[in-house]
Amino acid sequence: MITIKNLHASIDGKEILKGLNLEVKPGEVHAIMGPNGAGKSTLASVLAGREEYEITEGTVDFDGKDLLDLKTEDRAREGLFLAFQYPIEIPGVSNINFLRAALNEIREYRGEEPISAKDFLILVREKSAIVELDPKLASRSVNEGFSGGEKKRNEIFQMAMLNPKLAILDETDSGLDIDALRIVANGVNKLKSKDNATIVITHYQRLLDYIIPDFVHVLYDGKIVKTGTKELALDLEERGYDWIKEEMSL
Amino acid sequence: MSEIINAPVFKKVELILKNEFEGVLSEELKTKSSSILDGIQMPTTRTEAWKYTRLGKINNKKFTVRKGDVSDISSFIITKDVYTLVFVNGFLNSTLSSGTLPEGIICQSINEANSDSTFTKYIGQNLRLEEEVFNSLNTLNSADGVFIHIGSKVILDKPLQILHILSETNTISNLRNLIVCEKNSEAKIIQGYFSENATDSFTNVVTEVFVEENAHLTIDKIQYENDSCYHVATEQVQQEKNSTFTINTVTLNGAIVRNNLNIEVVGQNCLTNLNGTYLLKGNQHVDNHTIVDHKAPNCESHELYKGVVNDQSTAVFNGKVFVRKDAQKINAFQSNANVLLSDESTVNSKPELEIYADDVKCSHGSTTGQLDEEAVFYLRARGLSEKSARKLMIGAFVNDVLKKIENEEVKTFIFEILHQRFDWELSN
Repeated sequence: MITIKNLHASIDGKEILKGLNLEVKPGEVHAIMGPNGAGKSTLASVLAGREEYEITEGTVDFDGKDLLDLKTEDRAREGLFLAFQYPIEIPGVSNINFLRAALNEIREYRGEEPISAKDFLILVREKSAIVELDPKLASRSVNEGFSGGEKKRNEIFQMAMLNPKLAILDETDSGLDIDALRIVANGVNKLKSKDNATIVITHYQRLLDYIIPDFVHVLYDGKIVKTGTKELALDLEERGYDWIKEEMSL
Repeated sequence: MSEIINAPVFKKVELILKNEFEGVLSEELKTKSSSILDGIQMPTTRTEAWKYTRLGKINNKKFTVRKGDVSDISSFIITKDVYTLVFVNGFLNSTLSSGTLPEGIICQSINEANSDSTFTKYIGQNLRLEEEVFNSLNTLNSADGVFIHIGSKVILDKPLQILHILSETNTISNLRNLIVCEKNSEAKIIQGYFSENATDSFTNVVTEVFVEENAHLTIDKIQYENDSCYHVATEQVQQEKNSTFTINTVTLNGAIVRNNLNIEVVGQNCLTNLNGTYLLKGNQHVDNHTIVDHKAPNCESHELYKGVVNDQSTAVFNGKVFVRKDAQKINAFQSNANVLLSDESTVNSKPELEIYADDVKCSHGSTTGQLDEEAVFYLRARGLSEKSARKLMIGAFVNDVLKKIENEEVKTFIFEILHQRFDWELSN
């Protein structure tokens, strides 16, 4: 689904990603863990198309397309979704209206007819239930006045509405209490299928108790330095990252 | 050797080249205006109230007072189920007007109103003429306009729509209106200013408004003359106790547009709402000057002006709130926000408070900036094109003001113009 090869990216002249490799296949869940400043959020930003980052080397193949050559909106239309670490509040822009516009632009891109008002409402009802998001919240201004937990649920609600091939969850667990975490994780699990894939970027192992990864990667100093299974996450939780640093310097 | 003396050359205000119609207001008002006009010049940017608005373009022209003819007004009809008065170049056109107003309401041309005691009592009563070129010009030359008198306890069942259409080249309209809402009355008035085949023409309108005890008046105003026309509008309003006055001003086109709102709140427990939005492109210049003068205690005023400024256009906002010494317990709020869409557009915003009472709650604020690029990225990351994302955000910004307009048909009319002019999609 996505193949990242030797990716180098920098911001303001400072190199953050220093040759990152990653391959994700349909049906898989990958977790990316790592200490602060390792480049986790940079990876998410670069994949979503943030223009502040400069790609100096490497390729990203997304289902046969050169992802780095696509505009942000075209990446979304090709089926890439980023759940933001800090969802933006947009006063006055209705969540529902913008989602409908987005969905229709995605459909137009794929040569499909726009969704009818009725089908759209059915979709909203069905998908908001997945993350237990109050339909009233769904129709308010985007994230305006939402609690931290509601913002994250709204991200997963939008993901459910847009039904992406690849979802990148950037620290979706940050700021969530245990109940909200469970709801968000359940939502992600319900959306999982053999055709889509998820990259979970997280600091903590606890999210991975709910979203079980097939692979766990350790991102350190702009590169993936270790890959394992879910047990690796438990190891990291217990021992921290220092042992990896030591292993690296050997 | 000759001596060069740089003495300022006095240039009288002589905007009107030709006027075969006599002004219909009283000789006293006309004589006064005439002598004021003889002694003053066009304001320059050295005049504080005109600091950011140059009037050279108007001052260099000569205008003609003339009746015009407009055959089809269908595209100017803002809302259908209403009483409609149509003015062309400042003159009432009764053939195009429609609807019979219910009992208790006087609605007539001001040139028939000189024998009406209410009219003669109120006309020109609060309007300042000294040093005011445009007010004086209007008072001296005004040949038509509407006198609306809503009787005590009368509630106007449907809105009254006043459409003004400017036509031909270098025309000047000195439309003069007087609206008196008596005790316990209620009315909604919609005003639309349009142009048809008009170039370099000028609307100089004065509307005097008296909202008496416990009366409620709402005015929705759409300014949509073409981009070569000039427009100076002055609303002189007086509010008595327990009254409500609301005006929503939506400026959609015009070369130079200046709106003066002067609200004198003389009674207690009044509510005043001034909302405005201006959406500019090209070389447009729009200047909103508002004064809310709280002379009595226990009142509230809310002011919200928002604008989107594109290309080389300029927006000016100058909002002033006075709270006089004995006007305690006043809540006055004022806010102006602007979005600049180009590097060459300009906003001059000057919110002012002058408070002489000590027990008041007042706030004012002004912001000018660009669209939130983080939000644009967020929307694009969901699949919206950059253009759609920006349109959506501009729409949301402006809609804050437009949602204050209660009349859905008025809003739909505005949305339609925004769609035609800016390709924005707004909806209720």
